[in-house]
Amino acid sequence: MSEQEIKDLEKIFEERIANDEKIEPKDWMPEKYRQMNIRQISQHAHSEIVGMLPEGNWITRAPSLLRKVTLLAKVQDEAGHGLYLYSAAETLGISRDEMYKQMLTGKAKYSSIFNYPTLTWADIGAIGWLVDGAAIVNQVSLTHTSYGPYARGMVRICKEESFHQRQGYQIMYILANGTKEQREMAQDALNRFWWPALMMFGPRDADSTHTDQSMKWKIKIKTNDTLRQMFVDQVVPQADILGLTIPDPDLKYNEETGHYDFGEIDWEEFWQVVKGHGICNKDRLEAKNKAWNEGEWVRNAAVAYGEKQKEKQVKKAS
Amino acid sequence: MSNTEKITPYPKAIDKVEFIYGIADSSLILAQRLSELTGHGPTLETDMALTNIALDLFGQVRSYYQYAAKLIGDNKTEDDLAFFRTEREFKNVLLVEIPNKDFAYVIGKQFLYDQFHYLLLRELQKSEDVTIAAIARKSIKETAYHKEFSSNWIKRLGDGTEESHKRMQTAIDDLWKYSDEFFYPTAADKKMLEEGVGVNLEELRKEYRSNIAEVLEEATLEIPELEYFQKGGKDGRHTEHMGHLLSEMQYMQRTYPGMEW
Repeated sequence: MSEQEIKDLEKIFEERIANDEKIEPKDWMPEKYRQMNIRQISQHAHSEIVGMLPEGNWITRAPSLLRKVTLLAKVQDEAGHGLYLYSAAETLGISRDEMYKQMLTGKAKYSSIFNYPTLTWADIGAIGWLVDGAAIVNQVSLTHTSYGPYARGMVRICKEESFHQRQGYQIMYILANGTKEQREMAQDALNRFWWPALMMFGPRDADSTHTDQSMKWKIKIKTNDTLRQMFVDQVVPQADILGLTIPDPDLKYNEETGHYDFGEIDWEEFWQVVKGHGICNKDRLEAKNKAWNEGEWVRNAAVAYGEKQKEKQVKKAS
Repeated sequence: MSNTEKITPYPKAIDKVEFIYGIADSSLILAQRLSELTGHGPTLETDMALTNIALDLFGQVRSYYQYAAKLIGDNKTEDDLAFFRTEREFKNVLLVEIPNKDFAYVIGKQFLYDQFHYLLLRELQKSEDVTIAAIARKSIKETAYHKEFSSNWIKRLGDGTEESHKRMQTAIDDLWKYSDEFFYPTAADKKMLEEGVGVNLEELRKEYRSNIAEVLEEATLEIPELEYFQKGGKDGRHTEHMGHLLSEMQYMQRTYPGMEW
């Protein structure tokens, strides 16, 4: 392709982005756009898959049969989200196995929130309410992302996530209106998950390396700080209904801006966990690697069996 | 209820409640074992499928326990039955409490259970107890799928690679001794059979063996030749694994009794 031809294609691409048209797998796209989408979608997929672990930690100990099946179904939904997202990323020319191995080796990132431990049952409520709540704020905005398969995947995922968020909030509501021990458990979970939930939106806009180009191509629709503020504004009244206290002495409604002002995130902790030194980083990757390695003989068997069956059919036909 | 209070069924319902435990407890314990695997499966697809089977089984268990709780009365609930009975009060077969040593054991247990569960539900649909018959009618559709899933995996692993064949054969050899307990009727089973509620378990043994043999043969696996089988779970005499499984499962209700979740 000549330089001029590439320039023409780039021009058409930029025009389509400007007109809010969706980019589809067979359309021409700049290599960097492809790579940025692969990075974002696969990270999102890995987050769903690794996110199964902290909640899975409570399936065998859920406090009632109803809670047990609800949690099982939720964690199963996450596996399903992982599958849609890997499929969306595969349309950009990378295989699921390749992406999965990037996650297993630690080359690809997943959301740091899943490197925090789930210590009590209330953490399951807090994750549903805050973590899924934060994810929805981000994902609703991504239903308008410029890459078609990702945008459509988000529509479906958002529906299930909002169900999870309500389930989490309901767990918190029951605890907050329960016994003293239950209220304390709920407050403790909020104390531990509040700041990590705010960190889910990523670094400050000023420190975010990917934001500019990502916004220009409408891969990202809103900036980290905008989304974080939307989340805080949404959650503070919900905490009030629960009668729980958000662990931020600087949190205050600002009459002028119409938003809640909030305190400074501990960025040192943020970078520590992002760089792989959170309390559970190692355990999460070990658990996923263990499952993958111990599953190897199973996957090999399925392939070998499939081939044998094919051979049998060919023999039968000839 | 308080956790010190023991669950004692009303005398007139005791046989039927015990009979229901005999069916539902096995599904509960197997589902609990399956749910240990969520997030740890060999592929995303099998992870989701095993979770799905666990969900079906827990759903069935809830229907049975809700009915048993009604028979017991005294405001008992499904959760009282799951979380406040001790080892000796659980009437599941030994097979389902065996740990998930590897994926071959997971599939082996599932297969040996599904094949029986399907026959049991087929017969239970004819129960004169309309609630039990209705639960069986609903459950058999799910269990037909479980049976297909586990049989297909038996074939894949049995006739896959050398390693998978060896692992699957080892699991079958080891689990086989637990495969006869299903057909041993407890006192409650006998009583319910007399009343037209239960099933003649001993009559199902032959069909079970022949169905199993068919799948194993296709899977190039051998049926172990055993002189002695294990039983006792249905009378509440379990393996040492059971207490650990229950302490994990019952942890929340035991630690914080009498609370709503």
